[in-house]
Amino acid sequence: MNSELQTPNSEPRRTRVAVIDTGICNLRSVTKALEAVGAEPRVVRTPDEAGKAGAAGLVLPGVGALRDCVASLRQSGLDATVREWIERDRPFLGVCLGMQALFTRSEEGGVRGLDVFPGEVVRFRLPAPWKVPHMGWNTVRFAQPNSPLANGLTREGEAFYFVHSFHCVPQDRGLVLAECDYGGAFTAAIGRGRCFATQFHPEKSQAKGLQIYGNFVQVAGRT
Amino acid sequence: MLSRRIIPCLDVNAGRVVKGVRFQQLRDAGDPVACARAYDAQGADELIFLDITASSDERKIMHDVVAATAEQCFMPLTVGGGLRTVADIETMLKAGADKVSLNTAAIKNPQLIADAAERFGVQCIVVAIDAKREPDGQSWRVYTHGGRNPTELDAIAWARRAVELGAGEILLTSMDRDGTGDGYDLELTRGVSDAVSVPVIASGGAGTLQHLADVLDQGHASAVLAASIFHFGTYTIAQAKAFLGQRGVPVRS
Repeated sequence: MNSELQTPNSEPRRTRVAVIDTGICNLRSVTKALEAVGAEPRVVRTPDEAGKAGAAGLVLPGVGALRDCVASLRQSGLDATVREWIERDRPFLGVCLGMQALFTRSEEGGVRGLDVFPGEVVRFRLPAPWKVPHMGWNTVRFAQPNSPLANGLTREGEAFYFVHSFHCVPQDRGLVLAECDYGGAFTAAIGRGRCFATQFHPEKSQAKGLQIYGNFVQVAGRT
Repeated sequence: MLSRRIIPCLDVNAGRVVKGVRFQQLRDAGDPVACARAYDAQGADELIFLDITASSDERKIMHDVVAATAEQCFMPLTVGGGLRTVADIETMLKAGADKVSLNTAAIKNPQLIADAAERFGVQCIVVAIDAKREPDGQSWRVYTHGGRNPTELDAIAWARRAVELGAGEILLTSMDRDGTGDGYDLELTRGVSDAVSVPVIASGGAGTLQHLADVLDQGHASAVLAASIFHFGTYTIAQAKAFLGQRGVPVRS
């Protein structure tokens, strides 16, 4: 039998997830992590592409400077896409700058964020010998242990990879999904409804990080 | 609590690991992607590829190595060697590197640190410093080109300057200790670490697990880089972490 005539595949349908490209690097790790947990990532650069992606979930990754990240979102019009996506409680995951961009403003160059959530992004102010950036593996404690994002993870003590100099301070403490300690507690993740965001990089956090992506894809797959 | 990081370093020439790696479980110990996977499985906290390729043609091979590694290993990856421009850095980050390490190019053109940090963020700019103790025994001179050429720079002063320009991390190698297995240069590491606000990765001289503990404790290093002790299977990453953990050093299990 000619193999080309066989049915293409009998795999279960993969959950499609749109990943926003703000032109800043390192999307690859995020798309590969989504593939590793069985999702089908689609990179999107415009609201039109996001609309046509047929995606159940939206991921906003980000490394680099927040100013560039937010400027890129405004220029492409994806800032409105993100706001609307979250307003409609569609599954959303922000990572690192993708979390910081959701707040009102940042000390980093006085950047105004998307203001989805009231709050500030502030720099770590720590005396020596604390090092900034906060860089490396640190443990978190889930303040919303029943969140679907925390599924399969220990309530306290899982380590994730962080690399950042600024951290989010939400006005509404109920938003805090996980906390981390670095010279005092700071917000490591937020969650409300089906909107999630992490300060750490799950795509760099080996098996536990993939668990986070898997949990998000589970949420998206139920839509 | 923030863990101290254990970082194996792989020297890569024309797409192959050099300086010898002898993992028992690897059929092809020269394949950098296979080595990266092995360290990923062992629980390494990060990985560094140092590209020692001389020709720019062969350097393109490094992009493929980085891309393949980033597809398979969900851990932080730093790439150093031969990156001279913001465009070189961008290409490597887009291939899948999380951080780049700048050495000679940053000394020749310090503005590169500022330009790269401005564009990509300080968190992905590592400045590598190769330092050798001066005859006075009290200070360390910076060398370029893999340690061949002396500069006029003092290691501690250069580290400070690099951080002012935008380095998010310092990778500090003691040329006196590198390859000796006699232990890290604790005074050098402490001198630099105490002088800068960013994390310092200590490199050069690891021969025993006690050396790792010493430089993390007395040297005030945030992370340790080691090559031979892990490549030759003298110790696994897990053994290193167990040893450090027993001595009260915070490590990720």
